[in-house]
Amino acid sequence: MTESSQTKNLLKDHVIIDKAIEPNAGWRDLPIGAVIPKGGTSRQFTTGDWRTIRPVWSPEKCIHCHRCWLYCPDMCWVSEDKKIQGVDLTNCKGCGICANVCPTKVHAIEMHPEDTKTEHTAGED
Amino acid sequence: MALQEKLTKTAALTGNEAAAQAMRQIHPDVVAAYPITPQTEIVQLYSTFVNDGIVHTEYVAVESEHSALSATIGAAAAGARSMTATSSNGLAYMWEMLYIAAGLRLPIVMPVVNRALSGPINIHCDHSDTMGARDAGWIQIYSENAQEMYDNLIQAVRIAENPDIMLPVMVTMDGFIISHGMENVELLPDRAVEEFIGEYRYPYALLDIENPRTIGPLTLQDFYFEHKRAQADAVVKAKTVILKVGEEYGQLTDRSYELIESYRMEDAEYALVVLGSTAGTAKYVIDELRQDGEKYGLVKIRVCRPFPAVRLGEVLSRVTAVGVMDRADSFSGEGGPIFAEVRAALYGVSHRPHCINYIYGLGGRDIGPDLIRSAALDIKSLKDGSESDSLVRYLGVRE
Amino acid sequence: MALPDLAKKPVRFIGGHRACAGCGFPITIKIILQAAENPVIVGCATGCMEVTSTIYPYTSWECSFIHSAFENVAATVSGIEAAYTSLKRQGRIDKDITFIAFGGDGGTYDIGLQALSGALERGHKMVYVCYDNQGYMNTGIQRSSATPRGANTTTSPAGKKVPGKQQYPKDLTAIVAAHGIPYAAQSSMSHWNDLYRKAKKAFAADGPAFLNVLSTCRLGWGTAPEDTVDVADGAVQSRLWPLYEIEKGKWKLSLKPRRHYPVEKWMSMQGRFRHLFNPQKNETFIEEIQSQVDAKWEELVRRCSAET
Ligand code: SF4
Ligand code: SF4
Repeated sequence: MTESSQTKNLLKDHVIIDKAIEPNAGWRDLPIGAVIPKGGTSRQFTTGDWRTIRPVWSPEKCIHCHRCWLYCPDMCWVSEDKKIQGVDLTNCKGCGICANVCPTKVHAIEMHPEDTKTEHTAGED
Repeated sequence: MALQEKLTKTAALTGNEAAAQAMRQIHPDVVAAYPITPQTEIVQLYSTFVNDGIVHTEYVAVESEHSALSATIGAAAAGARSMTATSSNGLAYMWEMLYIAAGLRLPIVMPVVNRALSGPINIHCDHSDTMGARDAGWIQIYSENAQEMYDNLIQAVRIAENPDIMLPVMVTMDGFIISHGMENVELLPDRAVEEFIGEYRYPYALLDIENPRTIGPLTLQDFYFEHKRAQADAVVKAKTVILKVGEEYGQLTDRSYELIESYRMEDAEYALVVLGSTAGTAKYVIDELRQDGEKYGLVKIRVCRPFPAVRLGEVLSRVTAVGVMDRADSFSGEGGPIFAEVRAALYGVSHRPHCINYIYGLGGRDIGPDLIRSAALDIKSLKDGSESDSLVRYLGVRE
Repeated sequence: MALPDLAKKPVRFIGGHRACAGCGFPITIKIILQAAENPVIVGCATGCMEVTSTIYPYTSWECSFIHSAFENVAATVSGIEAAYTSLKRQGRIDKDITFIAFGGDGGTYDIGLQALSGALERGHKMVYVCYDNQGYMNTGIQRSSATPRGANTTTSPAGKKVPGKQQYPKDLTAIVAAHGIPYAAQSSMSHWNDLYRKAKKAFAADGPAFLNVLSTCRLGWGTAPEDTVDVADGAVQSRLWPLYEIEKGKWKLSLKPRRHYPVEKWMSMQGRFRHLFNPQKNETFIEEIQSQVDAKWEELVRRCSAET
C-alpha cells in the first residue's frame, strides 16, 4: 500500500480536508494545526494592485528567449509551446525586471505608468 | 483475556528499560534522539534495537535536543509514527519546538525522565523540567513507577493519535528513582501492543505527494486565535479520551488508569496531593497513619495536562486540610506549580479545605517516609487563618 | 537545457506571494524547482521566503511544504527524509521523492548552522539551499555573518565613527564543503544556467548537497526593483561572489569573469554602501575591501587549479 492510499483511508469525516477556508470561519471549521490542506491557494490572492507601472509587451519584437518568464519573481509570463503568450497582470507588481532582462537589442517589453491604456499586455488576463 | 495473561511476561527492568521496551513495541517508524542523563539508557537501548535489526525504525542520531524534536516533527508530519526522549536541560533546549509540535497538532509521544534544571547543574530528580513545560500544549502524564511508565507510554500513543485530539504527549518518570531503579514489570505481548495502538494516522502527511499541503504557515491576527482556540478544545477533549483509553487498557491488563488516583480517600479527613514516585512512599505513610487511627488519604495526579481540576475538586472538597507536594518551585512566592493549580481547583468547591504547599526533593534530595509523615501531621494543625503564616513550606531543606 | 523548454514544465511555486516587487528569492526557487525531476517536498526556515509565501490561508507552494522554525530546517527535513527511508524500507512507499531545505543566510550561516552541520554529517539525502541575501531582511535588515563588510544595516549602521559592518562574511560554502559531502556549490540567481546545472547535480548527488545562492534583496541592498538580476550579476563579475563547485572534494571554478570589475562599482550600485561614497569617498576602506576580495579570489583560484 502506498503512503497516499494509506493516508486517504485514515481520513476522518470531521477532519476538514478540501473545504475552502472561509475568511470568517469559526474555530471549529478550520483544518487542525493551521494546515493549508491544498497547494497553490495564493492563486486567489491578487498582488497586481501593488503595481504603479506595468509591462507592455510587443509580440512582434519578441524572440521568445523566455528571459522574462524566468526572471519574473511573480510568475506572470505565460508560455505555451515554447512561445511567450503574454503577461498575466493578476500578480504583476510592476518591478520592471522583465523589461530589464529582455535583451537590449530586442527591447520587446516597456514599462508604462499604470493609468495608460495599452494593448498586448493582457495575455490570458 | 486468559490467553492474554499467558502471553504477558514479567521482567525485572529499570524504568529506562521499561520505557525502551514500550518504545520497541510501539515500534515507531522514526526515532530522533540525543543522549542526556538520566535518559541516556533509553536511547542506547533503542539504538541497539535498531542496529540489531529488531525494529524497522530509522534512528536519527541528531546533534542536539532542538534538532531531536525538529526531526521528530518533520517525520511525524511526513506521515511516520515518530518518537524522541529527553530530560531536563534537553527538554529546555527543545522549548521552542514543544509549542510548535503542539500547535501543528502532531501526535508525538515523548518519554521525559525528570531531572532538575540547571543551574547550578544537577543530574537528579525534580520536576522543574516538565513543570515549566506544562503550558506548551502537550498532554502530560506522570508515572509512579516503571510499570506505569510502560503502561502510560503505550496508552499515550492512542491518546495522541485520537482524531479528536492530535496532540503530542510527554510521559514522565522520576530520574534515577524510577529510571535507574529495578522493578518487576509486566510486559504485554508485542502483538497486543500493536493491536492496541493501531496504525499511525496523520491526515496531512507530507509524503502523500499527490495532495500537497502547506504545514506551518504564517497565521496572523485574522486566524491565529481560532487555531489556538481549536487547540485548547482538543486539550479539554483529551480528558474523555484519556479515561476511555485507560479503561480499555485495564481490560487488557487489569491495570486501568484515570486522570487521578485516589488512595484511601473515602472517609479521609486529611489529604496529601503528590505526583510521580513520591506517591509510592506516601501511600506507605498513609497506611501507617491509618494504622494509628488517623484518617489520611492520598491523591496522586497522573495527568497534569489536561489538568483534572473538577476531579480534584470533587475528591478534595470532603477533607479538612490538604497538603500539596511540589517537586518544583515556581519562584513566585506563592508556592509550586501544582499547589497553585490545586488551590485554584478548590476555589469553586462549596466546602473549601485548608490548603498548603510543601516544596520538597529539589535536585534529587531524598524524600523518605519521615518527611512525608511530618508534612501529613503538619496539615492536621491547620486552623482558620493559619495557612497565611506560611503558605509555602520547604520540606527537607537545611535551615 | 534551453529556457523555452524549461517553461514547458509547470512551476510548483506560484504568484500571489507577498515578497517585495523585484525580490530575488522567488527566482531562485523557480530555477531550482525546475531542475528537480522527482516530486519534491520542501522545508523552509523562518524568513522572508516562508512568511511571504504562506500567509494563511494562502500558499504559493504547489508541492508538499513544511515550516517549523528558524534554526532547524535542516533537522526538520532530516526527519522527513528519515520517515521516507523508514517507510520505503517497510515497503509502504515506493515513489522517488526529492527533499529540499530552504534557508536564508540568517537561518543558515548563523542560527541554523548547527542543525545544518548535523544533517550534513549524518548524510541525509537532501538538497540544502541557502538563499543568501546577505542579511536578516525579514526582521528589517540586520547584519548577519553573510553581510559584506561596509554594509549599512540596522545593527551595523553607518555611524559617525564606524562605517557600517566591520567584519568580512563567513565563508560558509567552504565550511559546508569541509563536511566532505558529495556536492557543494556557490551560485547566483543572476546566472540561471549555472544554478540550474548545479541544482541538477545537487539532486543527483549520492548524499547531502548544498547550494549557496546569492539572491538579491532590493530593500536591504538599496537597489531599484528592476536591477535585481543586474546587481547579483555585479557581485559575480566583481569576484566578491565567485561561482564554483566542490564535487566529491574536487574544487572547480564555474566562471572566470573576463574583465576586471572593481568591487567599488558593485558597491556603488547599492544604497547600503552609500555612506562609503557620500559625502566623500572612503578610499582606504574600499581599497581594503578590494584587496580582501582579490586575496580570497586568488586563494579560490589556487584551490581550484591545484585540484585540476
Ligand atoms: S514587472 Fe515584474 S512582476 Fe510584472 S511581469 Fe515584469 S517581472 Fe513580473
Ligand atoms: S525577454 Fe523579451 S524577447 Fe525574451 S521572451 Fe521575454 S519579451 Fe520575448
